[in-house]
Amino acid sequence: MMDDLRELYQEVILDHGKNPRNFRHPADANREARGDNPMCGDKLSVYMTLSDDGIIQDCAFEGRGCAISTASASMMTEVLRGKTEAEAQALFETFHDLCTKDDHLHTDHGPVDEEAMEKLMVLSGVRQFPMRVKCATLAWHTMNAAIKGDQKASSE
Amino acid sequence: MPDMITTATTMGTAFDVEAVRADFPILARSVHAVKGRPGKPLVFLDSAASAQKPRAVIDAMSRFMEEEYANVHRGVHYLSQRATDRFEEARRKVARFLNAPGDQCIVFTRNATEAFNLIASSYGRTFLERGDEVVVSVMEHHANIVPWQLLQAAKGIVIRVVPVGEDGSFDLDAYAGLLNDRTKLVSITHCSNVLGTVTPAKEIARLAHERGIPVAFDGSQAVVHGPVDVQDIDADFYAFTAHKLYGPTGLGVLYGKREILKRMPPYQGGGEMIQTVSFEGTTFKEPPMRFEAGTPPITETVGLSAAIDYVEALGREAIAAHEHDLLAYATERLQAIDGVRIYGTAPGKGPILSFTVDGLHPHDLGTIVDQYGVAVRVGRHCAEPLMDRFGVGATARASFALYNTRAEADALAESVIAAKEFFGA
Repeated sequence: MMDDLRELYQEVILDHGKNPRNFRHPADANREARGDNPMCGDKLSVYMTLSDDGIIQDCAFEGRGCAISTASASMMTEVLRGKTEAEAQALFETFHDLCTKDDHLHTDHGPVDEEAMEKLMVLSGVRQFPMRVKCATLAWHTMNAAIKGDQKASSE
Repeated sequence: MPDMITTATTMGTAFDVEAVRADFPILARSVHAVKGRPGKPLVFLDSAASAQKPRAVIDAMSRFMEEEYANVHRGVHYLSQRATDRFEEARRKVARFLNAPGDQCIVFTRNATEAFNLIASSYGRTFLERGDEVVVSVMEHHANIVPWQLLQAAKGIVIRVVPVGEDGSFDLDAYAGLLNDRTKLVSITHCSNVLGTVTPAKEIARLAHERGIPVAFDGSQAVVHGPVDVQDIDADFYAFTAHKLYGPTGLGVLYGKREILKRMPPYQGGGEMIQTVSFEGTTFKEPPMRFEAGTPPITETVGLSAAIDYVEALGREAIAAHEHDLLAYATERLQAIDGVRIYGTAPGKGPILSFTVDGLHPHDLGTIVDQYGVAVRVGRHCAEPLMDRFGVGATARASFALYNTRAEADALAESVIAAKEFFGA
């Protein structure tokens, strides 16, 4: 029993959950969206600063959430910096597969930063906890909405 | 506060909870078993969301489908008559259960949510005008908020909100102050699904009636935890749902005073609710049939009948006493844990325990205690305004039913302690 829990709540997740990175509202952000998980009441905002040529210069977030959603948001802000919109999109879709599908069902979403994916692997434990998948993907859905220029995202 | 609880504790000893547990097949199961590893015994503390079903309900529904099932109010054949008898017997039973003056005051709906939509659509759209006010409380379930917001959008009515005190008690003075000449309807929970607060229904109705304002109550939690007498309260409407009362899903009840129901137009159109239909004009049946368009949940009413028989056989006072004992005990156990905050401590509250643990998100808490077999609800409990009132995004909620035990309250407390340790909170 504890093994499953350790698989879900790996040390890295507990650390990011308690001490989220990039937990702030950058003054120069030019993209933002709010994400809601209506099931648990978690709300977060994702802020991004995109350069003219579409490179993510900065990514940050604020809000309240469980350990999984906070850790996922925190890790996302770290891996997205320096990526193009297309690379961020590919990462989002690859990460979504990671959280929701068995390995053999993962599809190719274009070239992704392998190092980033390796880091995000720690969140794959949510697959054993279907009710928690939305916690892990909320920040990513919100980031996706921010890039597309939508104001709001929901993990529903 | 503990007056009621002390009484309950002494009365609680007569209640044979182990015999009761044996009536609920699902309680014997374990959860999270995997190959080579036994599961954990189920500790079901989520009955306020939906209660488990006793064998009597399951069997009554199966037997009805095996032996008596047909559509109701439609045929001259034998089974149609039998099914209709059982269906109307359920209506009479519900009327008795609420001490309604007659079975023609009882409308079957899909759930309590539909009951409130029925009131808002039929009564609200007919009798309320722009600027008229509907009074609700901040601790309403979304089912008693959103239908009024839809009416607000359609008719321009105004929603007034009664606050609660720090302990979650209904603010009767504030309520009295909100009533005015524009108030056309009051719609208040009889027992909060988050705080457990039991509202002073009789007083709420009396104050409204002084001004000629009708009052609706959400009894979804209240009917489960103690006797309800709609005539004593003098409720104009009273709604509840079968599945929280150990009955099936898909069936709700709306009690309405006969003279009010008779003035209300249909809510939905279709078969069953009509007198005659022609393309020149259609006439409708009298209540309650007027509000029961289409084939109703039939087997489910038989299930609700069995559920009512079940709780009445155990004794509603005895059930209440047992549950209050559990509430008092669980409250004590949780309060002893550092960092636990309980929301809702009003005197005489129902057996619903909402809490948070400092440094631990309710969702993480829910996942951990679940691994110990403990089922609690985490989240906003369909009561987002109330979460905002207490400044929390979500809470964990343990709710106690007639089949729960003190040992299960212990399991809850122990799993909360384990979760704290796991997170170093």
